[in-house]
Amino acid sequence: MYVAVKGGEQAIANAHRWMADRRRGDRHQPELQTEQIRDQLGLAVDRVMAEASLMDVELAALALKQASGDLTEAVFLLRAYRTTLPRLADSVPLKTEAMHVERRISAAFKDVPGGQVLGPTYDYTHRLLDFMLLAEGEIPDPERAQAGLEACPQILDSLDAEGLIEKELDDGTEPYDITRDPPDFPVDRATRLQMLARGDEGYLLALGYSTQRGYGRNHPFAGEIRQGTVEVEIEVEGFDAPLCIGEVMISECQMINQFGGSREKSPQFTRGYGLAFGRNERKTMAMALIDRSLRAEELGEPVQGPAQQAEFVLAHADNVEASGFVSHLKLPHYVDFQSELELLRRLRREHDLREPSEQERPV
Amino acid sequence: MTPEQRHRILALTPLERLNEGWLKLGIKATHRCVRGPETGMVMVRGRIGGTGNAFNLGEMTLTRVSVVLDENAPDGGDIGHGWVAGRSREHAELIALIDACAHKAHWARRIDAELIEPLTQALADERVERSQLAAATRVDFFTMVRGE
Repeated sequence: MYVAVKGGEQAIANAHRWMADRRRGDRHQPELQTEQIRDQLGLAVDRVMAEASLMDVELAALALKQASGDLTEAVFLLRAYRTTLPRLADSVPLKTEAMHVERRISAAFKDVPGGQVLGPTYDYTHRLLDFMLLAEGEIPDPERAQAGLEACPQILDSLDAEGLIEKELDDGTEPYDITRDPPDFPVDRATRLQMLARGDEGYLLALGYSTQRGYGRNHPFAGEIRQGTVEVEIEVEGFDAPLCIGEVMISECQMINQFGGSREKSPQFTRGYGLAFGRNERKTMAMALIDRSLRAEELGEPVQGPAQQAEFVLAHADNVEASGFVSHLKLPHYVDFQSELELLRRLRREHDLREPSEQERPV
Repeated sequence: MTPEQRHRILALTPLERLNEGWLKLGIKATHRCVRGPETGMVMVRGRIGGTGNAFNLGEMTLTRVSVVLDENAPDGGDIGHGWVAGRSREHAELIALIDACAHKAHWARRIDAELIEPLTQALADERVERSQLAAATRVDFFTMVRGE
């Protein structure tokens, strides 16, 4: 017999009210404004947008505020909002070579056109807590060079006259869209990149790390890492050329990995690629490692590590799905558990009734 | 100047600055919306390795509107379109209004010379400034000479 149980409405309402109070905190402190989150917690905002797969700075800041800074909850809020909006257009693929570069480094090539540009970074800091930030102090303006940057072309394409690195060519394939149709494994590389781009950073980082530690070894070099803004264009009926609708801050990572080759092709460096909304450098590095490790089959490598198993990696990368399924364990399972209790009691009764000799018989 | 070139500057310019420039121009035209304003999303695409096949990176909010100028023309007034990243209906509507006004040659000349041109310059100046910040973080390598 199935008995529906209802209740807890008042408890839930009061719990949410308490949550709102907890979120507000000490009323003597000024309330946190979303503009402050946007401007002063920008990397958290960027991470929420990348994992929610929706670029909207203001809404991501709001989600962070509403979630009391819980990144996964904020991602969930923004992803849920996303479902209320219609899709109006697909963009022309971003021209990342035309990026207005803020940061651009290569760990493989020292002398690159445009130079090694550090941009605003936490690299090379000593990771010592800065107690000055506890006090209110003036922050000096950033240093400004006399002249702007020279052009920063894509390193892998501009510095490889010998053809030592594989080229990425466009064969015009229209990309699969996992937001329209659920992925059906095995999936192609474009689909994998869409899934990785929205994947949980911590998860991708751990799996990327695992490839470095030997679970699907594939020695990489950071060929190029860049951050900056790129203009977004869409095709609109009635206009002869694509329309620019604004620009977007993105991070891009090109990894150079060890060789692939075949009887027809001489050995070449292979590539792994990472791209994400916002300033998400660590995420794009991890993504590039995993993009490459998931090419194992394509490149004829033995599949030995978890990070080389596409379905395992991709089916568990989305933290909205993951936290949803883990969290559902908090929902009442009273009846399920009751049935297991009864089963266990019966097994124990049967066990106790068995002959002692039967119990002692070697297996 | 093509409508696409104009639209690019209008979309990249922050609304406040655009509004200010437009009001200064003093073009008086009344309009009504014939489609939208509507906020939705654009699926932003990238390319594998920057140059390869396209893939879907993720979505971005996008607002669009089409307006028509209130005129006593027999086939109705000129139509304009505005598409802008984000959720600002006001921004999209102003772009569409300017796009519609630019159908008239005498207004188009003023829009291009007195609005688009200075806004283009302002955006270029800002880009140079940001580029100068980046250039200040460019690494100068030097080689340590040992021995001698």
